[in-house]
Amino acid sequence: MHELALTEKMLKLVLTEAKNHQAQRVTKIKVSIGELSGMIEDCVAYYFQLSAQGTIAAGAELEFVKCKAKLFCPACEREFEKGPQDFNCPSCGGLGRLTEAGRECFVESIEVE
Amino acid sequence: MEIKIEQDLFAHEAELATANRRLFKERGLIVLNLLAAPGAGKTSLIRKMAPLLKRPVAVIEGDPASSIDTDLLNSLGISACQINTEGGCHLEAPMISKALEDFHPEPGSLLIIENVGNLICTASFPLGESIRVVMAGVSEGDDKPFKYPDIFQDADGVILNKMDLQPFVDFDPDRFRRGIKALKPALPIFEVSCKTGSGLPALAEWLEQTIAALGEEG
Repeated sequence: MHELALTEKMLKLVLTEAKNHQAQRVTKIKVSIGELSGMIEDCVAYYFQLSAQGTIAAGAELEFVKCKAKLFCPACEREFEKGPQDFNCPSCGGLGRLTEAGRECFVESIEVE
Repeated sequence: MEIKIEQDLFAHEAELATANRRLFKERGLIVLNLLAAPGAGKTSLIRKMAPLLKRPVAVIEGDPASSIDTDLLNSLGISACQINTEGGCHLEAPMISKALEDFHPEPGSLLIIENVGNLICTASFPLGESIRVVMAGVSEGDDKPFKYPDIFQDADGVILNKMDLQPFVDFDPDRFRRGIKALKPALPIFEVSCKTGSGLPALAEWLEQTIAALGEEG
């Protein structure tokens, strides 16, 4: 829901990095988005297209890496992917705890010319 | 050419929140960020709880539009100022520092920031608060921790409001508690009714203790 604010921040970060490397054009941006980050890829892409107009990042391809939410089961001492209904461990049925995995909104890298 | 960036977009928000934390300390304010869905009873909670606290309460109201809540609180003698986000779905740290340029709560006050009614975006934008409280009503359903895990994970306390309505709605308190326990095992849950006042003294006591513990931390 807050994609506009974060997309504008992403663009600013990308343009600063590109300028630091004397790039003429940004061709690709790789972004990791966790399923619990509240970020919707289509919205990011839409806002990016609008905000990047007139900059050296205009028309850059956005590559999204989806990150699943992972929980930790204290009884089995292992991580598991969150199921659709609850936070239960698929092995023992016990209650898992949420980890950081799934909350990310991370600019991994950019490709420039 | 590929350039590695590896930067979390939320990291910048954390820096802005740290700047606010310094400002709050300079102004002698203890700040609570109150998060909930629209209609959970945030403003009702503030008006009912303010008289139960030992220190003055000041409020920053965040709403997409209108000054309804601010006008109500000011009419009750609770000092409040309004931020209108003009459709924006959450408050961000710089909005608070800007509001405090013209709003001067008495030093020693508990400044409650009533965030925009929203369980998603508000979770991702820290405002520099020392205490983060999430509020839900029994009429909203017992599945909230499972549907909106992020917001509960960073909370210091959960308020379950509208307990007076429990006989009339299908709310399973065990399911709600189980969800909260998974996200943050020690997170305290306060069952209250802003309508009848039940549970509010216990909540006020917890808040006083939490504020006292902050003082000890310096």
